[in-house]
Amino acid sequence: MFEYAPAPESRSVVDIKPSYGLFVDGKFVDPTDGGSFKSINPASEEVLAEIAEAGSEDVDRAVRAAREAYERVWGPMPGRDRAKYLFRIARIIQERSRELAVLESLDNGKPIKESRDVDVPLVAAHFFYYAGWADKLEHAGFGANPRPLGVAAQVIPWNFPLLMLAWKIAPALAAGNTVVLKPAETTPLTALLFAEICQQADLPAGVVNIVTGAGETGRALVEHPGVDKVAFTGSTEVGKAIARSVAGTRKKLTLELGGKAANIVFDDAPIDQAVEGIVNGIFFNQGHVCCAGSRLLVQENVADRVLESLKRRMAQLRVGDPLDKNTDIGAINSSAQLARIRELSEAGAAEGAERWSPPCELPDRGFWFAPTIFTGVTQAHRIAREEIFGPVLSVLTFRTPAEAVEKANNTPYGLSAGIWTDKGSRILWMADRLRAGVVWANTFNKFDPTSPFGGYKESGYGREGGRHGLEAYLNV
Amino acid sequence: MTATATSARSDLSELGRSETALRTFLHGLPGVDQVGAEQRAAQLGTRSIKTTAKAEAIDLAIRMVDLTTLEGADTPGKVRALAAKALRPDPADPSCPHVGAVCVYPAMVPYVAEVLRGSGVHLASVATAFPSGQAPLEVKLADTRAAVAAGADEIDMVINRGAFLAGRYSEVYDEIVATKEACGDAHLKVILETGELATYDNVRRASWLAMLAGGDFIKTSTGKVPVAATPPVTLVMLEAVRDFRAATGRQVGVKPAGGIKTTKDAIKYLVMVNETVGPDWLDPDWFRFGASSLLNDLLMQRTKLTTGVYAGPDYFTLD
Amino acid sequence: MSERVAVRKTYKLFIGGKFPRSESGRSYLVQDSNVSLASRKDARDAVLAARAAVKGWAGATAYNRGQILYRVAEMLEGRRDQFVALGASAAEVDAAIDRWVWYAGWSDKLAQVYGGANPVAGPYFNLSAPEPTGVVAVVAPESPALLGLVSVIAPAVVTGNTVVVAASPSAPLAAVTLAEVLATSDLPGGVVNILTGRLSETVPTLAAHMDVNAIDLTGVADADLAAELEVKAAENLKRVLRPAPADNDWYADPGITRMTTLLETKTVWHPKGV
Repeated sequence: MFEYAPAPESRSVVDIKPSYGLFVDGKFVDPTDGGSFKSINPASEEVLAEIAEAGSEDVDRAVRAAREAYERVWGPMPGRDRAKYLFRIARIIQERSRELAVLESLDNGKPIKESRDVDVPLVAAHFFYYAGWADKLEHAGFGANPRPLGVAAQVIPWNFPLLMLAWKIAPALAAGNTVVLKPAETTPLTALLFAEICQQADLPAGVVNIVTGAGETGRALVEHPGVDKVAFTGSTEVGKAIARSVAGTRKKLTLELGGKAANIVFDDAPIDQAVEGIVNGIFFNQGHVCCAGSRLLVQENVADRVLESLKRRMAQLRVGDPLDKNTDIGAINSSAQLARIRELSEAGAAEGAERWSPPCELPDRGFWFAPTIFTGVTQAHRIAREEIFGPVLSVLTFRTPAEAVEKANNTPYGLSAGIWTDKGSRILWMADRLRAGVVWANTFNKFDPTSPFGGYKESGYGREGGRHGLEAYLNV
Repeated sequence: MTATATSARSDLSELGRSETALRTFLHGLPGVDQVGAEQRAAQLGTRSIKTTAKAEAIDLAIRMVDLTTLEGADTPGKVRALAAKALRPDPADPSCPHVGAVCVYPAMVPYVAEVLRGSGVHLASVATAFPSGQAPLEVKLADTRAAVAAGADEIDMVINRGAFLAGRYSEVYDEIVATKEACGDAHLKVILETGELATYDNVRRASWLAMLAGGDFIKTSTGKVPVAATPPVTLVMLEAVRDFRAATGRQVGVKPAGGIKTTKDAIKYLVMVNETVGPDWLDPDWFRFGASSLLNDLLMQRTKLTTGVYAGPDYFTLD
Repeated sequence: MSERVAVRKTYKLFIGGKFPRSESGRSYLVQDSNVSLASRKDARDAVLAARAAVKGWAGATAYNRGQILYRVAEMLEGRRDQFVALGASAAEVDAAIDRWVWYAGWSDKLAQVYGGANPVAGPYFNLSAPEPTGVVAVVAPESPALLGLVSVIAPAVVTGNTVVVAASPSAPLAAVTLAEVLATSDLPGGVVNILTGRLSETVPTLAAHMDVNAIDLTGVADADLAAELEVKAAENLKRVLRPAPADNDWYADPGITRMTTLLETKTVWHPKGV
């Protein structure tokens, strides 16, 4: 037996302050009413820092700072110069990448190999990409002189804290907007480190403002009459509430919400790579991924073979310390999320699906959930319909391509889908029929700043990334 | 074994009798997606193996080395020295294990055999008109028999890549069967020369072909063409031996050869073995490295772990 | 104390990432320095180096190429004074730096502006995407020596082409100094090759060379010579960028034509069916 010795990434590269204020108008400030909350390490339940909670007055202050910066500095600034600030930010992110990765893993619970190899490189790349657009907006296909919207209110989730920040801030700034961003209450730390990076880059005050807090803070922000644009990533339920709240206003809205993606495996699929894709599709980031391949649709004539390979592969997954470089699955982000995963998994078992997890030892402290698959799932099961947002895969079977399409589309969501087959024409035939904003063929969970991402139906509207991602922040 | 698995066994044993059956079977194997396979191999390469795990991995890797010299300039003196090194890789440290085997040309076998006799270090000889394999079958078989007669207990044969690429699978199969027979008790390693097979689909097919024909080991490369062993090629071969054992119950070994020069490389391969086929293959009987310069790097890293100081090549023997 | 005697720089060619002297052993005196006088053979060697670099450079990701071009901007920023000392105005150096930044951003965007899905009438996936044409011969404008040079090199290489540049004969020091910037910017050797000397020696060779895919005649001031070179270029149907007008404003937004002229468009069809 080849046991890997512990290989922990050093924490010493990050310097977490005991408490953090709000980042408004280029400075860290105390909240008006002095409220605060704690951010913890979900892998140990250790308190990492005390975080200011922004009330409506604080939000107002931030929006006014953003407005001021928009009117006086950022809006009138030539795109060429906005570009240079964004390039600077991208470079600093690259230079401080290890620090950001460790902090992200500490605050979020995701494995260091993902924050190091996926999140942070994508963050830097996203800033690079949109930096390049700042002086080329007239080439983007939205007319001769595209104008920014003004102040963008941005609310992001806890699953990819820094990456979602990048997806929001980079295009907004490139297009000439200023922003007020609210990170999730369980994962505010990398956003606050990003605020320091803005200072380091000499970004003009007020262009980026970070207000920390929970749902109430977010509500105050999106409902603030001084914002011109609302961008939200999170649950479909909250997304709908935001859509209702901006109804009748002039605020432009983009939403990136939940998903229940089908990962469809045909009998002629490259099996070993498909199994990797299934694993990556549902266990990447503990399954805390809106576009996770949470429903495996496998062609009946290869179902046994695929499941056998999948189980063998799952037995290799290493669950544990997010900072260990060999960890594949880290901690569940919060006790609330863990409770939801448990509740839905119990419902799956109660409704008659067969539950399986590889033997794995979970740490005593912190929030953990073993990688789990349910077989014998039907479309009627809750675990086939509701977004679990955890490392839980529901396995269904199909017989024909048409049936696969029907089942894949039989959901109110439409964010992503996967297709595994060696036959090119079938990929394209399927892709035409799948009602999903991103279709991966013989791969899964791939992201790139040049590639638009977003959903159909109740998975939201608008696209982030690519040329399309500019549209959300331009007056077009 | 279940009833289905048993019947699968008897089915496979019939395959070699018909070109059509062989072709249908090999072309019916699941495809390999190049990008996905390379990403998986790269991902396994990011495992961080430290301290005690590293020490164990280094000793295991040393025991898996097929210490190789395959040069036109090889002489009895050269190969004797190599064999001596195989027995005692680090003369300064008696706790250092010996390597798995010494691998030489057939003409050099008698000189190596003198040194290795009774040591537990195997003696491998390339044969079958290595490296091209472009010789009449009788010549290849005579080559094999001569090597075995001279004392080789492992034969590294090359497949006929020309026949394989032309789709003459039976010809390749029959040659392997004949060579296996010529080996007698010696173990047969079948070199696929994956650098010439060009695609992972071909690597998978050639792996199955070699196993169906009775190869005890499948080996990536001769080391004589530009592309030798790579992690993704080895991954595909490991998947093949894993699936072959599941289908037939017979375990086949894997030997990446050529281009593996550092301890870091070797450990990546061991991680790949561990996570693809599991501990059953983490043994010199089932996994080997065909290499020459790898051994000294393993020794230097081994010394570093005990002394805490980076070693230099001047402190290790050059044979 | 005696005055320190300065160490003078030797200005050589830039071929395949190295700085060789002309194989001819010749130089000419310009801007108070001896500068290599490139021969036809140097032009040939430069084309070989450029060709060898195409596979790696065109095959690099657009992101990677963008990063390298941005790195060039960073390195150039650090050497502003050198170019000012060679006669460039501060404004020209600024514009040259910004131009690298502008083109760096195009690396992963041009395909999104200049390619896309085509809604053909039938069950087919149909996508057009640009690809680099290959080796581009470039005649750099006489002046502005630095900005003009950057303005012709960057749009050619950002998309994955490699170039052989005939530098301005009267102001070659900026070109050789730019080569020093490029050599320290992670740009693979051979992507940019710079020849100094007489245009009459190197450019006709490049225009007629059958392993050159395109020629940029921007810096050819003599209309008759330009026409002659274009005729030579027709032999293997090189893509041609014609000379810039004498009053060309090098500080203006360059647009995308310089890039698109040096691209091929590839359209892929694939059926859609089960």
